[in-house]
Amino acid sequence: MDWGNILSNSLIAAVGVQAVIYALAAIGLNVHFGYTGLLNFGQAGFLAVAAYGLAASVATWGLPLWVGVVVGLIGAVILALLLGAPTLRLRADYLAIVTIAAAEILRLIARSVTFRKWLGGSDGLNRFADDFFKLNPYSQPEYTFGPLTFSQNDMWTITVGWTLVALTSLVVWTLMRSPWGRVLKAIREDEDAVRSLGKNVYGYKMQSLILGGVLGSFGGFIFAVGNQSVQADNYGTELTFFAYAVLILGGAARILGPIVGSIIFWAALAFTDNFLTQAVAAGVIPTWIMDTQQVGAVRFMLVGLGLMLLMIFRPQGIFGDKREIALDAR
Amino acid sequence: MPRRAAAFLAALIGAAAILLGGPLAAAHAAGESIGGRVIDADKKPVQGAEIAIKGEGFSKTVTTDAKGSFNLPVPGAGNYTVKVTGGLPSGQHPDRTDLVVNVPAGQTSFVIIPLTKGPGTGVTTASKWSQAPQLVWEGIVLGLIIALAAVGLSLIYGTTGLTNFAHGELVTLGGLVTYFLNVLLNIPFILAGALGVLICGVLGGVQDALFWRRLRKRGTGLIAMLVISIGLSIFLRYFYLYLFGGANRPYAQYQGQAGIDVGPIAITPRALVSSIVAIIVIVLTGLWLLRTRIGKATRAVSDNPALAAASGIDVERVINVVWILGGGLAALSGVILGLTQQVSFQMGFQILLLVFAGVTLGGLGTAFGALVGSLIVGLLIQVSTLFVPPELKNLGALAILIIILLVRPQGILGRRERVG
Repeated sequence: MDWGNILSNSLIAAVGVQAVIYALAAIGLNVHFGYTGLLNFGQAGFLAVAAYGLAASVATWGLPLWVGVVVGLIGAVILALLLGAPTLRLRADYLAIVTIAAAEILRLIARSVTFRKWLGGSDGLNRFADDFFKLNPYSQPEYTFGPLTFSQNDMWTITVGWTLVALTSLVVWTLMRSPWGRVLKAIREDEDAVRSLGKNVYGYKMQSLILGGVLGSFGGFIFAVGNQSVQADNYGTELTFFAYAVLILGGAARILGPIVGSIIFWAALAFTDNFLTQAVAAGVIPTWIMDTQQVGAVRFMLVGLGLMLLMIFRPQGIFGDKREIALDAR
Repeated sequence: MPRRAAAFLAALIGAAAILLGGPLAAAHAAGESIGGRVIDADKKPVQGAEIAIKGEGFSKTVTTDAKGSFNLPVPGAGNYTVKVTGGLPSGQHPDRTDLVVNVPAGQTSFVIIPLTKGPGTGVTTASKWSQAPQLVWEGIVLGLIIALAAVGLSLIYGTTGLTNFAHGELVTLGGLVTYFLNVLLNIPFILAGALGVLICGVLGGVQDALFWRRLRKRGTGLIAMLVISIGLSIFLRYFYLYLFGGANRPYAQYQGQAGIDVGPIAITPRALVSSIVAIIVIVLTGLWLLRTRIGKATRAVSDNPALAAASGIDVERVINVVWILGGGLAALSGVILGLTQQVSFQMGFQILLLVFAGVTLGGLGTAFGALVGSLIVGLLIQVSTLFVPPELKNLGALAILIIILLVRPQGILGRRERVG
């Protein structure tokens, strides 16, 4: 058992590309679920639209990178409009079912043979991130901070990623202090009361859906360039569920909630993964309990168990305030 | 993460049975593959038949083994042409030469190639519309599988308000328990299926008594319960993966039946029997809801729990009965699903969205609406393959889910005030 290795891997995961992606996805979800009380279960769809918008623009149509980013952002806005139009007037669980279905539709289209010419089928797309890495200011092949080592490309992705996390959090913080943000919170608390004050609840909910979707789409961009490839099956329902776990862990309706949640989630996941793999390999855990192939299943069981226990015993997460969480369907 | 998950799943594929200890050689099942058997006119397996599989930019030839079986991994979901090119006993030939096989994402498609004696009939390519009756039949079978799960989901939603994302895991449980009884304990399939349904019904009741009832007593909100059901779904699904491994595995009996031609439709006996069983069970459930005391009480609780409680109905008992019923129905759905596409740890999760589509289409909380909605979803999925590529067939069902909410949010049989 190499504890140093286990701990350094956990620390790398805590600040790594995955943590950035899920922090951005959860910041978007925080606007939806935390501040407005919208149950968006299709966040994976927003990330997918952004990632594929970027990748297909560059790899399939040969457009510059910035055009790809614009295409991805427009795609996220259109998706929000399409999802919101039929469902925002209905009860919360309808939005949940429609958004999860829409995200699956997008995934099925992206991996289909029919659209392989443009979207690459189940192999996905790659070779679209060169322009991004041309901007890389880091010149050495590797950077070492104590026990942590990052490659040149990872350094650049992480730098851009955490900058985006900081900027988007700042935007959300400013907006939620504004009168506009207070209306959103009021909608979460009592929709009818807000309507009786003459506010257009439907319009505010739509704006919230668009804002959260666009924030989540930044996660999609980082996902695409960080891996230097997009694959449809990375944007399944589990991405959304894990983003919820991240948000609830950190605390919904709190600016730092998604960030801290993502860091802890990925550190914990990497820790259990590395710990269990090494413990099985070293014979500390006998193979009749689990072998190395079952470690993957076990750590996802822990994610599910963690999500359940959090929601039952501490729905406000680490930072949240229980009174500020939308827990009852209206 | 999902990428790493995929890698883990891929690593799990092909692992021999783990905790259940079954000595089954798991076929290649991570990605998509085509499996099948060649049987001669006397129903004996044909060894050494050469099968050419082409499509989606892929082409390869395999030879059948001593059991007349073949299995070939293919690069992705899509349509493949399966053709017998040689190695057949003299005087025999396949009655259809170019079989087009659709392989769904992540699944194995299974084909039976029976041989007939006598001169070849030549290739007859079926026209598009002549497939329609066959697709309608397959749509009804799929619709019934969805309906069995949907009725339970809808009743649970109606009585408790819970949108249960872990309902797919009840479906999977039915398949897994039946697999355990049938393959590992050698109990004949029909008995194993019946026992599986009973066991899962009891487990559904236990799940309610030990878990959901306590949450209701704590006053946990409905959205919180929805998120908890997602956590439970993830936990159970990976628990099944831990126990069962990532492979698709068949039951011991009734695999690879040849279809019996009924007019323009080829019906496998197992699909016919399962459909009849499903219809009988659904009719009985309907009668139970309409005629029995507890059934009427269930409808009363769905309508207004407070009023039902005030008029002397034991609401918690009704909910528990609904969970037992829902667990049993979902398990039957899983048993039949395992028969048509083999058992896997995520088979229930894969149809969960279709179940939701059926339930929403019919109207959330209405048992009969769930039945109608599911049949429509099943038919739509299969018949739509006349117009769209089969890999996109589920798209129509999900799209209609969104459209129905735009036009008639309460669903076909739902009542307007339920929508809120």
